[in-house]
Order: sequence, then C-alpha cells, then structure tokens
Amino acid sequence: MHDILLAVQQAGELKDGLSSIGAGIAYGAAAIGPGIGIGIVVGNAITAMARQPEMSGPIRTTMFLGIAFTEALALFGFVLFFLAKG
Amino acid sequence: MTATSMSPPVAHESAIAAQLARHALYVAPAILIAAGIYGGAGAVISAGIGLVIVAMNFLASARLIAWAALKSPSAVQAAVLGGFLARLVVLTALVFALAQVNFIDAVVLVLTIAVTHLGLLIWETRYVSLTLGAPGLKPGVIGRSEEE
Repeated sequence: MHDILLAVQQAGELKDGLSSIGAGIAYGAAAIGPGIGIGIVVGNAITAMARQPEMSGPIRTTMFLGIAFTEALALFGFVLFFLAKG
Repeated sequence: MTATSMSPPVAHESAIAAQLARHALYVAPAILIAAGIYGGAGAVISAGIGLVIVAMNFLASARLIAWAALKSPSAVQAAVLGGFLARLVVLTALVFALAQVNFIDAVVLVLTIAVTHLGLLIWETRYVSLTLGAPGLKPGVIGRSEEE
C-alpha cells in the first residue's frame, strides 16, 4: 500500500516536473526565432544606413518597429510558458 | 564612414517610444475595465503593472538604440541583441517575482504584456507607415515630436 501511494505521489511530481521542463523548452525555443529575426532586421538596417546615410532617420524608425514586432514573438512564447506551467 | 554621418542627432526611436507610451495611457482604462470584469481587483492591478512594464520596455529599448546609434553601427547591433536578451531576462525575473505575490494574477499580467505590446505596435505602425509613405500629406508623430 505504501508503495502504491509513493508511486502515485511520484507520478504527480513527475507530471509537474515534465510540464515545467516542457514550458522551459517552449520559452527557450520561442526566444531563438526572435533572436535570429532581430539579427536580420538590424543587419539589413545597418546595410541600408551605410548605403544611404541621409535616410538613416526613417531607416532607424522602421528598424525600431521591426525589432519591437519581432520581440512580440518572444513575448507570446513567454505567455505560452506561463499557460503551460499553469 | 563615420558614426556621425549615419546618425542624425534626432532620436527617432525615443519619439516613437514616447508616442507608444502615450497610447498605452489612452488604452489603459479599457484594459483595466476588461481585467476588472474578468478577475476583480487583483486582475486590475496585474493589468496595470503589465501596462507599465510594456511602456518601460519600449522606452528602455528606444533609449538604448538612440544611445548606441550615436556611437557606431556595431554598437547598434550589440545594443539591440544584448538589449533584447537583457530585457527578456529582466521581464522574466520581474514576472516570476510578481507571480509570488498573492493578489497578482500572473496569467492576466503576461497576457496584458503580450497583447498590449502587439496592439500598441500595430496602432503606431499605422502612423509611421503614413508618415513614411506620404510625408507631405501627414507629417505624423516624428515631425510633431521634433517640433516639440
């Protein structure tokens, strides 16, 4: 009887542990994509500013919004993390 | 190519971030009322904190980029990528710490952060697209901020 109770308790802990690991992996994976995306946005913005320095104002404006939009993906991963974790 | 030739003295990012923060104030009542209907006083406080976090996140990001743009293009790259990671870590730590507080609804908090962030950006993009596409027709937020 004691073994059965222990097994049930461990199964619950295992479920909690696995859901935490899954949530962590989901958040980590959700942060990789935006990292790559921000790199692409900034890299291309730097290239554009180097080609046309006089347009750096509008380019930086667009770059800032692009970065913020890409960052939103990481925030959605963050929401998913909390929802998965319960 | 020098950093000075690439970076005008006007901080466009800061103007946009200030405009985003102002828009956050405009939408705050609607979000707080919705949160109150959903989850009561705790949800209202959580949503309010979420709005403040979103505004501070935009302002910090803009300040960092504006500062780095005056240095060099490499500094912009480093500041943006480093800033992204740093802000994500700070945000995670902040939300984890707040989630430990009894009256904070963590789900409302993170949902407010994500939805408000995206909503404000979409709102702002309409202005910026008009400003860039037809500057003569609608000077827009950047022009107004420079005049101020």
